[in-house]
Amino acid sequence: MRVIFKTSYDNDINLFKDKIHFLQYVFLLVFALALPFIVNDYYLGEVALVLIWAIAGMGLMVLVGHSGQVSLGHAAFMAIGAYSVVILQSRFGLPFIVSLPLAGLLSSFLGILIAVPTAKLHGIYLAILTLAVSILVEDIIVLADPLTGGVNGIFAPDIEIFSINFNRYGNIDSLYWLILFITVVFIIGYKNILRSPLGRAFSAVRDSEVSALAMGINIARTRTLAFAISCFITGIAGALFGHFVTVFNYETFNVVLSINLLLMIVIGGLGSIHGAFFGAMVIGFLPIIISFCRDHFLDDIGINLMNFPGIETGIFSLILILFILFEPFGIYGRWLKIRTYFQLFPLYRKDMFKRQKSYLKTERVR
Amino acid sequence: MELFQLLLSGLASGCVYGLIALGFVLIYKATEAINFAQGDMMMFGAFITIWLTNSGYNNLPFLFSVPLMILIMGAFGFLIERIFLRQVIGQSQIAIAILTIALGFVLRFIAGAIWGHEPHFLESPMVGKNIYLNGAVLGLAEIFVIIVTVLLTVLLYFFFAKTKLGIAMVAASQNQLAAFYVGIPVKRVQSLTWVIAGILAGIAGMLFSAKGSVDPITGLLGIKAFAAAVIGGFGSLPGALIGGLIIGLIEPFSGRYLPSGFSHLVPYIVLVLVLILRPHGLFSQISHKKV
Repeated sequence: MRVIFKTSYDNDINLFKDKIHFLQYVFLLVFALALPFIVNDYYLGEVALVLIWAIAGMGLMVLVGHSGQVSLGHAAFMAIGAYSVVILQSRFGLPFIVSLPLAGLLSSFLGILIAVPTAKLHGIYLAILTLAVSILVEDIIVLADPLTGGVNGIFAPDIEIFSINFNRYGNIDSLYWLILFITVVFIIGYKNILRSPLGRAFSAVRDSEVSALAMGINIARTRTLAFAISCFITGIAGALFGHFVTVFNYETFNVVLSINLLLMIVIGGLGSIHGAFFGAMVIGFLPIIISFCRDHFLDDIGINLMNFPGIETGIFSLILILFILFEPFGIYGRWLKIRTYFQLFPLYRKDMFKRQKSYLKTERVR
Repeated sequence: MELFQLLLSGLASGCVYGLIALGFVLIYKATEAINFAQGDMMMFGAFITIWLTNSGYNNLPFLFSVPLMILIMGAFGFLIERIFLRQVIGQSQIAIAILTIALGFVLRFIAGAIWGHEPHFLESPMVGKNIYLNGAVLGLAEIFVIIVTVLLTVLLYFFFAKTKLGIAMVAASQNQLAAFYVGIPVKRVQSLTWVIAGILAGIAGMLFSAKGSVDPITGLLGIKAFAAAVIGGFGSLPGALIGGLIIGLIEPFSGRYLPSGFSHLVPYIVLVLVLILRPHGLFSQISHKKV
């Protein structure tokens, strides 16, 4: 176990704890950069998709994991991002590099529109509201036919930055690097928010509104900011997703996607950036694993998965149920436990991460 | 007369929403958690009724298959509580909500794998029979739905207001620890709540299949029932039913008088407006927390 000798207050909020910690992430980044030379185009595309899910997951993580507001409607913000980035390019002739942040801002604006009047809503009520918003946005996309292509959907043009072309099929390597770059920017930004006063305010509001209020935090403002940041990131993820799939319609961003996003970060582990990435890996690689199993084992013993449409969601939900029952902190929580076990070997105790059980008291009658 | 028919069909679908909402409210009252799978449980109940009754499957007489379905759904609710929900006592509301969402997905998948994704119809004795009243044509199935719902609501009201067990359930919902101290078997009460919720979902499913087609995605109807429960204020049983009726009535009338495409939106717009303007519903039970 490494012992860090703290010599300044900055040690508590540094991005990296020490040099080894820093080097680990450098290695990870180098590995990610070199990935196009290692795997073939198909798997590179899947990894790029995982990165997009991870960005969307980070967006939702700001809201759910750090400020404690549950949204069941984040596909709506992905939809806003995806549609506006395409419409800004094709209708208004703006270049991609301008329309991408604009799409994020538009999505963020919608988030603020929702957050301001609902600042007093709690947990479940907010979840239901965002669920309704997700359905409304889906229907509004169909109704706004002239702008959005309605039921037929819309076609995303190739990304062009300074006359460099990024195409999923022709030039997946550079598209992957672009997505990787945006991912890294968001990770650094997210980390910086977390160690700023705003990030502390998020956690305070999440853990106890009453004590946050007593500490002088403006709760409504903090929650609205969380919504704005979250929707900005999710909107960008949506824009990238739109460009990645090239053709999409209202059904691409339906309620099921909203719910899947939430399930994704819960599997990954709420309250950490790692969690968003672990969850994205599960959601991205599960279909590949299932189809691999189908091709190699199940056909031999006579099970045809074609008879079970939607098996991915079914298995995914089952995994999630197991996680909530046995590992409420998700994959990242399990990883922390394993790591601590080895770091402290042989001093690890079984109940080290155990939380105190809380008993339920109603919010209805006081 | 057209108005009268719209009213009746609205009331009938409103009753189904109301029953699902009653399930939400019941579980919310007892465990302070929201069962997002209630709509899917309703779908399951509908499929079980169809599976027992229809000539293509088991071909049991309707009056025999309904009690059997109620038994199955009660056991189903009991098992769900025993296997899943009992493990997460003490975890946050959100964890429980997510657990039930995932349960709903699994149920939808199981229903699709067993019964397929084509719409199914219930062969009940009411199918195709109408009552003619002053020139209006009233479906027997719709009247049946309304009568059953009213009976169930009255029954539930007396259960919670008058019986010892019902009062124990209310107490356990308000403060688990205190209820435990005064000798209420909190866990058993929680099981019972889920049994009742399962039965309610089953009956709602039976009523729904009596007046329309059912497929695995029918469970998403639960979202409209959320609107019902929210309008009534979570935690109020009569409120849930009235909320269901409001949503049920809004649908046919907006379908009749609004341009196509918009009618679909109205229940959700109402839901959003209620949450913004009166966050705790029309029949609020919440008092504000002061620091």
